[in-house]
Amino acid sequence: MNFASFSEFFAMGQHGLYVWSAYGVCLLVLAVNVAAPVLARRRYLQEEARRLRRESKS
Amino acid sequence: MKTRWTWFHKLGSPKWFYAISGRLLPVLSVAAGLLLLVGMVWGLAFAPQDYQQGNSFRIIYIHVPAAMLAQSCYVMLAVAGVVGLVWKMKLADVALQCAAPIGAWMTALALVTGAVWGKPTWGSWWVWDARLTSMLILLFLYFGIIALGQAISNRDSSAKACAVLAIVGVVNIPIIKYSVEWWNTLHQGATFTLTEKPAMPAEMWLPLLLTALGFYCFFGAVLLARMRLEVLRREARASWVKDEVLKNLGREALR
Repeated sequence: MNFASFSEFFAMGQHGLYVWSAYGVCLLVLAVNVAAPVLARRRYLQEEARRLRRESKS
Repeated sequence: MKTRWTWFHKLGSPKWFYAISGRLLPVLSVAAGLLLLVGMVWGLAFAPQDYQQGNSFRIIYIHVPAAMLAQSCYVMLAVAGVVGLVWKMKLADVALQCAAPIGAWMTALALVTGAVWGKPTWGSWWVWDARLTSMLILLFLYFGIIALGQAISNRDSSAKACAVLAIVGVVNIPIIKYSVEWWNTLHQGATFTLTEKPAMPAEMWLPLLLTALGFYCFFGAVLLARMRLEVLRREARASWVKDEVLKNLGREALR
């Protein structure tokens, strides 16, 4: 490890705020991109289920 | 000649694409997760700090992959546009429409992480420098393609319009690439080139290689996931899609 202690690791010299906010934004963007297709697929399948039920009733 | 092109026509078949992508998706997801995890931990905790920039340089491990991906994704859009226009392949339009939002996200990520890196390094969040400005134009091109795709309800005309915009906009890519050489800019030059060894030690660029590969795998996985849903939507009347939806509905109902 490049850092002597965990507090030094979090401080990142004087750049802790910049480094951690950049990584935070990155993980957030990645998470949004993963969640979008997963949620959209679930919503689509639920819609299809509702449609099929409606059609089988009539 | 006939046999040589069968794979190309198969690739255009939504059913074949759906089957292959279903097998490819888990592989890409696992690869992306592992590469990003190892690359980021290595880059954050184990790589030596830069002798000039200190620890702020660690932003490179997300900024450069995001920027590379943003540009590669746009080139992919243009290629998909050409394939769609020339061979009338429907999957090309699916790929184009599904990749554009991911590319826009990556461009935005590159701009934001660049701004956060620029503040401690250049003393400013934003400068109207050639590299930054051309990246901003790339973001607007992505927005244009997304908006165009949503504004035109006829699928064939929307595919044509988006393909043309993607192909025309690709002129911006070499401008981004060479902006740091053609103009005097604050932005530093390329980290990786195909012809030269990187100017940094291996323990600094290896994590970058890992996160870059991780971003590409991530893009592949998310793109396939989006395309699979879009294929189900567009082919909703085909019998294999009905079977597939029913199979998945059973799984959803069991949960």
